[in-house]
Amino acid sequence: MDEALLRALTPSVLTILVRRGADFAAAEDAVQDALVEALRVWPTDPPRDAKGWLVTVAWRRFLDAARSESARRRREEILQEEPVPGPASAVDDTLRLYFLCAHPSLSPSSAVALTLRAVGGLTTRQIAHAYLVPEATMAQRISRAKRTVAGVRLDRPGDAATVLRVLYLIFNEGYSGEVDLAAEAIRLTRRVHAALDHPESAGLLALMLLHQARRCARTTPEGALVPLAEQDRRRWDTGVIAEGVGILQAALARDRLGEYQAQAAIAALHADAPRAEETDWAQIVEWYDELVRLNRSPVIRLNRAVAVGEADGPGAGLAALAELEESLPRHSAVAGHLHERAGDLDMAARLYAEAAHKATDLAEREHLTRQAARLDQCRGR
Amino acid sequence: MAKYLLLKHYRGAPAAVNDVPMDQWTSQEISAHVKYMRDFADRLEKTGEFVDSQALAPEGTFVRYDGEGRPPVTDGPFAETKDLIAGWMVIDVDSRERALELAAELSAAPGAGGRPVHEWLELRPFLNEPPTIED
Repeated sequence: MDEALLRALTPSVLTILVRRGADFAAAEDAVQDALVEALRVWPTDPPRDAKGWLVTVAWRRFLDAARSESARRRREEILQEEPVPGPASAVDDTLRLYFLCAHPSLSPSSAVALTLRAVGGLTTRQIAHAYLVPEATMAQRISRAKRTVAGVRLDRPGDAATVLRVLYLIFNEGYSGEVDLAAEAIRLTRRVHAALDHPESAGLLALMLLHQARRCARTTPEGALVPLAEQDRRRWDTGVIAEGVGILQAALARDRLGEYQAQAAIAALHADAPRAEETDWAQIVEWYDELVRLNRSPVIRLNRAVAVGEADGPGAGLAALAELEESLPRHSAVAGHLHERAGDLDMAARLYAEAAHKATDLAEREHLTRQAARLDQCRGR
Repeated sequence: MAKYLLLKHYRGAPAAVNDVPMDQWTSQEISAHVKYMRDFADRLEKTGEFVDSQALAPEGTFVRYDGEGRPPVTDGPFAETKDLIAGWMVIDVDSRERALELAAELSAAPGAGGRPVHEWLELRPFLNEPPTIED
């Protein structure tokens, strides 16, 4: 049973239904029904033509759903009002689905859910598991999202930035359930990158690949977080790194810098260092300066302070940190690290403990608690 | 996308504005309160923000390990325990502002005289999974 094939076919099947005149919301429901049916039937009775099977089943579901008198009337009106669009490439049509699913009128969580279902080909159950909410809640979130975009026309170009933002969220935030969301985000970003001639789609894909390459080295078998400086770099996936760097270089050559490219450049410099001590921190600081010019977000400036601490010493890092609000998330974690490097172990231990108390994820809290404990032990407590 | 716990206390929270114990409400007032809570949960399911809702019995038992081969030791319930949880609701929302808004809405459930209880609810964020992008 090839679930990957099923997911890859989803947007083109949906596009075919929409081109036959089905409205997006009903077509999307019908495709979801066909997907669930395929997951049930294909393991014992695989079709010869997977796409043809899906189109047939989805179209039948669509007609069944539209059978009631009022629904039929509405459908006929649509068919009369909107002429069947002229020949458009399948790639363009798929891209329009991405734009619709990431429409600015949607909240981030709705856009993420709709994208994963309509173009990602995941079932509602899989998405609900991935975000740890009941299936009924996720089904409602998706229906609501579809109602929100009901008036949006599919033939207008959308904003690439919103699509990339949604893919970034899917990659960066999720739980490790049965579906690997990071891998899904990479698959979808590859498709967008192939269809969308935009340096930032390349930047985002490179950023994802360069982080994905480190994933094995990032956690211990028990699930504890391994910080970048302590990762076993032999476990980084050099093939994936090479691909990410290649995509990034081609994007940078176009001289239209954006945030994802700058973030990917920083990840590429880390990937380039065979040992943590060989990291080119001076260049990383330069990229952070570019990033701050593009986005003055305090989180970026906090990460910049870490890089400055590595490039120019902990004193310089603390000076950069002093310009930022102490209430920022991870501020005390960064301060603890810089004070430790400056040799003030008492202060560092206190800051690590404070940072652990304020951590917003469990792995980070455990890591910071260990840092505090390590310093307390070396000072003989 | 963040999960929050809305905690309802039997004891331990500051006093509500309309602070009449439920056993002194009329039957209709109790029905109206229960209906409000149920409708609230239904509405959250429709907005795609509902995760879980549970109520707890007021009396609990403290339990601890007492060594290999020995039965667990139990103690309590303690009538004087300061903090007592009545139940909770878990929501999954886009922002902290939205979580506050929903908590306030839940706190407006009607009580004595059909007026809102203005009960204090405790809002606690869940710890997340670590982000995939680390630097």
